Amino acid sequence: MTFLEITEGPLWVLASSVFVLGALWRIVGIIRFGRKPDISIPRASALMGAIKGQFLHFVPHGGFSFRTLYHLVAGYMFHLGLFGLLIYAAPHVLFLKENVVGFDWVTMPRWGFILTAEIAFAGLILLWIRRISDPVMIKISDADDHIASWLTFLAMLTGCLALEESHDSLRALHMLVVEIWLMYFPFSRLMHAVTFMFSRGYTGAFFGRRGVVP
Amino acid sequence: MSASAAIETFVNNIDASAAAYLDACVHCGQCAQACHFYEATGDVRYTPVWKLEPMRRVYKRHKAPLSGIKKMFGLVPDEVDEDMLKEWEVLLYDSCTLCGRCTIVCPMGIDIAGLVRKSREAMVAAGLVPEGLVGAAERAIEIGSPLGIKPETLAKIVAEQAEEVGIPIELDKVGADYMIILSAMEILNFYEVIGALARIFKQAGISWTISTEAYEATNIGVQMGNKDIARTLVQRIVDAAEKLQVKYVVSPECGHAYSALNWEGPNLVGKSYNFQVIHILELLDQLVHEGRIKTKAELDQRRVTFHDPCQIVRRGGVVQQPRNLLNLVSGNFIEMENAGVANICCGGGGGVSANARAEELRIKSFAAKKKQLDAVGPEALVTACGNCRNVLEEAIDEYGMVLPVLGLTELVAEYLDD
Ligand code: SF4
Ligand code: SF4
Repeated sequence: MTFLEITEGPLWVLASSVFVLGALWRIVGIIRFGRKPDISIPRASALMGAIKGQFLHFVPHGGFSFRTLYHLVAGYMFHLGLFGLLIYAAPHVLFLKENVVGFDWVTMPRWGFILTAEIAFAGLILLWIRRISDPVMIKISDADDHIASWLTFLAMLTGCLALEESHDSLRALHMLVVEIWLMYFPFSRLMHAVTFMFSRGYTGAFFGRRGVVP
Repeated sequence: MSASAAIETFVNNIDASAAAYLDACVHCGQCAQACHFYEATGDVRYTPVWKLEPMRRVYKRHKAPLSGIKKMFGLVPDEVDEDMLKEWEVLLYDSCTLCGRCTIVCPMGIDIAGLVRKSREAMVAAGLVPEGLVGAAERAIEIGSPLGIKPETLAKIVAEQAEEVGIPIELDKVGADYMIILSAMEILNFYEVIGALARIFKQAGISWTISTEAYEATNIGVQMGNKDIARTLVQRIVDAAEKLQVKYVVSPECGHAYSALNWEGPNLVGKSYNFQVIHILELLDQLVHEGRIKTKAELDQRRVTFHDPCQIVRRGGVVQQPRNLLNLVSGNFIEMENAGVANICCGGGGGVSANARAEELRIKSFAAKKKQLDAVGPEALVTACGNCRNVLEEAIDEYGMVLPVLGLTELVAEYLDD
């Protein structure tokens, strides 16, 4: 078995299993902590508040300046770029068709890939520079923040190197990094990709009852 | 001091929402800019999420799903110890007013104020509570008011106010529709509000009373994070309301009192009330709508702006009513930038003003509010919380500003057409 075959075979199965089962375990674990029912008389709907909360926090409000603006721009560049690459890069679509979903969809052209990758890289690097230079972020960041940033960076970098499909070893390297990323996901702050919905939802519901969603 | 008691309380206090919050935080630091303590000092320790560090550590070490596996590899944070708790006691009590402004900028929508509240409960378990709050709690339990106001003192102040406005005020009146509770700050410093209420209620034809057994609206237990004290103080109001068979309890111009009684109270005492809680601003707005109170045609022409008490507006949901009332009596009402849900805290909520150790920081943090005020240049500042009013007056003095601070109920009464 070649290195590529290992990364696309048993290691892929292992990594994706850890990813799915670990993430599910963590989500179910959080929900199982439960919450005491609130018996105060609601002024408005908690459910509507939870829904509103999901959307409200996509865009910051309340007139905050540079700190928020920086994260807004860099954050959206990185996240939109990453999702664009993840979902529309031709090799990803092919891989997902063959290994996960069984069908394919429209892919982005090469120039689109390069542009999207540049936007995602710029966003990630801007966020990381901020993490190591802003006194607030230095104070509150921990090893997990840096590991997650670097793993994501390496996954994107090896992905670009593998784009030409010129070397199996480059493709295998990309697969390996992605698999490490997937296995790291449930144990790390990368989980925010899922938990953000719970966080916004709980706050939205809590305040929704009070008739205001901050 | 017991670190293990604090850890146990942290663990017990982490429910699904707290876990989701602690898991969702990406350490972006955006919340810093929303907090007046960070804004005014630039001290990174005042970053809202940093105040949750002991709770985060306990969660990641003892409770987070998959923490067992991480522990095997030594990948969980260190145990919270006494030194850490002592350091955070100051951060949790002196540098957070539970104002909740940080939530609105957080991309994850994390209710940091809610988690600070839960963290304070762990501090109580460890026996780490600022002296000022402990003293206030003792007075609230033993005497009936955190400022030590006895029933006789209340009765005397009420009688003086009744005489002043020429309207009798009957204490402990069984069968009245509305029972008014007041904050200690109102009773001692802003007692004219009692006369103002008498005039307004007379015009509206409202039957009301004040109980000499539960006249105090503030709840120091909620502020310090002591559920037993919080429950006792809520229960006292519930008992008095039931004894007097009132239909409504009116929460006064006091921020956290409204939260404590209306939102947290039923959960604290474990049952729904058989009376309704209404905030004074809601009641006044309702009376205006029903045409039961009339104000003069001539309006206040001073340039006034409104300071939103955090627990009434951002965390209480009474947003529009104060604005309706101000527009009723003022011909020159100007909103501050970020008014309403995003307004900046006075700096003294959440028990900070009762904590003498925090005074210097509180005054410093007013710089954030001052910036907001300076941009508007008001001739008078109106608010609807006795504590905000007192804190603002003190800070305004300290900063050498000339700006009267008015209570909204009194302002409405001043323009009452009676
Ligand atoms: S609740 Fe208010 S005072 Fe407390 S950390 Fe958040 S912004 Fe600061
Ligand atoms: S803004 Fe929210 S996500 Fe960012 S550091 Fe503060 S609490 Fe965490």
